[in-house]
Amino acid sequence: MRSFKALVKKELADHLSSYRFLIIFLLILMISLILVYMAAGTMTESLKGEKLPRFVFLMLFTTSKINFSLVQFVAFFGPLIGIILGFDSINRERNEGTLSKLLAQPIYRDTVINGKFTAGVIVVALMMVSIIMTITGLGLFIVGVKPGLEEFWRIFIYTIISIVYISLWLGVAILFSIIFRSVATSSLAAFAVWIFFSFFFSFGVNAMISSIIKQYGPNFKEAFIHVSRIEKAISFTSPMLLYSDSTATIIDPMRRTLSSFNLQVGLMEQMSMKRFAGPLPLAQSFLIVAPYIIYLLVITIIVFIASYLVFMKQEIRSV
Amino acid sequence: MSNGVVNGDIVVEANNLTKVYEGHTAVDHISFTVKRGEIFGFLGPNGAGKTTTFLMLLGLSEPTEGYARILGMDPFKEPLKIKRMTGYLQENMGFYRDLNAIQMLDFIAELNGIPEDEKMERIERSLEAVGLLNQAKKKIEAYSRGMRQRLGIAEILLKEPKVALLDEPTLGLDPDATNRMTDLILGLSEEKGMAVILSTHLLHHAQKICDRFGIIIGGKLVALGTMDEIAEKKLNIGEKMYTLEEVYMKYFEEG
Repeated sequence: MRSFKALVKKELADHLSSYRFLIIFLLILMISLILVYMAAGTMTESLKGEKLPRFVFLMLFTTSKINFSLVQFVAFFGPLIGIILGFDSINRERNEGTLSKLLAQPIYRDTVINGKFTAGVIVVALMMVSIIMTITGLGLFIVGVKPGLEEFWRIFIYTIISIVYISLWLGVAILFSIIFRSVATSSLAAFAVWIFFSFFFSFGVNAMISSIIKQYGPNFKEAFIHVSRIEKAISFTSPMLLYSDSTATIIDPMRRTLSSFNLQVGLMEQMSMKRFAGPLPLAQSFLIVAPYIIYLLVITIIVFIASYLVFMKQEIRSV
Repeated sequence: MSNGVVNGDIVVEANNLTKVYEGHTAVDHISFTVKRGEIFGFLGPNGAGKTTTFLMLLGLSEPTEGYARILGMDPFKEPLKIKRMTGYLQENMGFYRDLNAIQMLDFIAELNGIPEDEKMERIERSLEAVGLLNQAKKKIEAYSRGMRQRLGIAEILLKEPKVALLDEPTLGLDPDATNRMTDLILGLSEEKGMAVILSTHLLHHAQKICDRFGIIIGGKLVALGTMDEIAEKKLNIGEKMYTLEEVYMKYFEEG
């Protein structure tokens, strides 16, 4: 336990004193400032003279002039933070000759990975919490509405999901830093996976869906059911979709389902639903996203176990 | 420690140690023992399998065949005990460059579970022993090669182990630094009673401080014994004067 603490302490000190961390942090701070400024501007404009919706505070995280909110931002660039924090964690030590020194000390090999991962998660948590605090604080100041208890809990859950999501990518980066000896290769590999899931994946899915829709011809409804089933299955294989779906529901209480439900039902049903449209209670929102959160955690754990297995099997070689 | 010296004074035992990497035999059935307080000169050309042997002794690399014992313990069954009692100075050793000597040793002390109340004292004592105490606040980045190697010895002293595995500690050092290193190594065995396994190419120095030698060539241990014993086999004994270098070269040319 003491050696684990020593490792975490050292890794944390490394992270916090590195320029790399400073640069990411400033970048994120800058972007969150811009986002909150834009969101607040849009909000005060569009809500002028209207009755305030119940969860006005949460809109800070979801509204934006150019349609790019904090939630989307983290979904998109969160992985980058995880990758940057982890892509050279093991192979840099290997190349500098400190890994075998570390392993010659009386510690288990998994302690090394645990220490690195824990320190990374702490850094991610620090970042996320401070960004959200910044937005919350500025939001209070600009919009002049204070968050209610439920909104506080929603923001809290959102923060946790975000930390898990970024930690997943940290885990992926650490795994690659174990597999590849070269720092350049491991970073490129991690970036490739990120690009695949963020850009290529959705192109692929869209292409597939449009071809399916063409197959069904005029039978629109059936096509839609088929497509939405596929979409759901696919979303479970993409961390980014999992994350954006689950956070969207948590941070936007007006959302009742994760799929575009409206298209599936007829006009009358839609109208009758509108009558009951109201925010979903927190517990209900949580129930909807719980499987997604668990799924994110499971992927993280799988990546982590893979790191263990690869690291345990790896030979420490003289050259 | 309850795990005292088993089988007389033998601290390190290698028995038929063999390592095969993808069809290439790096270490080929080597056996030797090292006693307490003894300096064992582990000689051989580059790539002969010295480092691989060290890694197997420490349990960082698994032998394909044979076994290693340190203080009678199996490096794979009790890795933590063995690593606590073994100091390893690796070839081309790395340091965390942003730390200073005290921070580096503090980190090592934490990993070894050295009690908090004696930690600082032991750190200072080991830095003093290697002559780095007055530079202890300097970042390791700014250290010369000789200073870094001495810091490596300080790490070993800090652990107060029973065995020291030194893989080319004099590599790339200038003559003065080499002499200081040689003295420090001698101190490990004479003052601290450690069993030292020393791999080096400086045969002149090895001759001065080592009690026994093992010569490994192409993974095979071609000679084992004291200076006289290994000389006897290759040179005609009684031929009054010979150096380790002459003996080594004989083995090298014929092996």
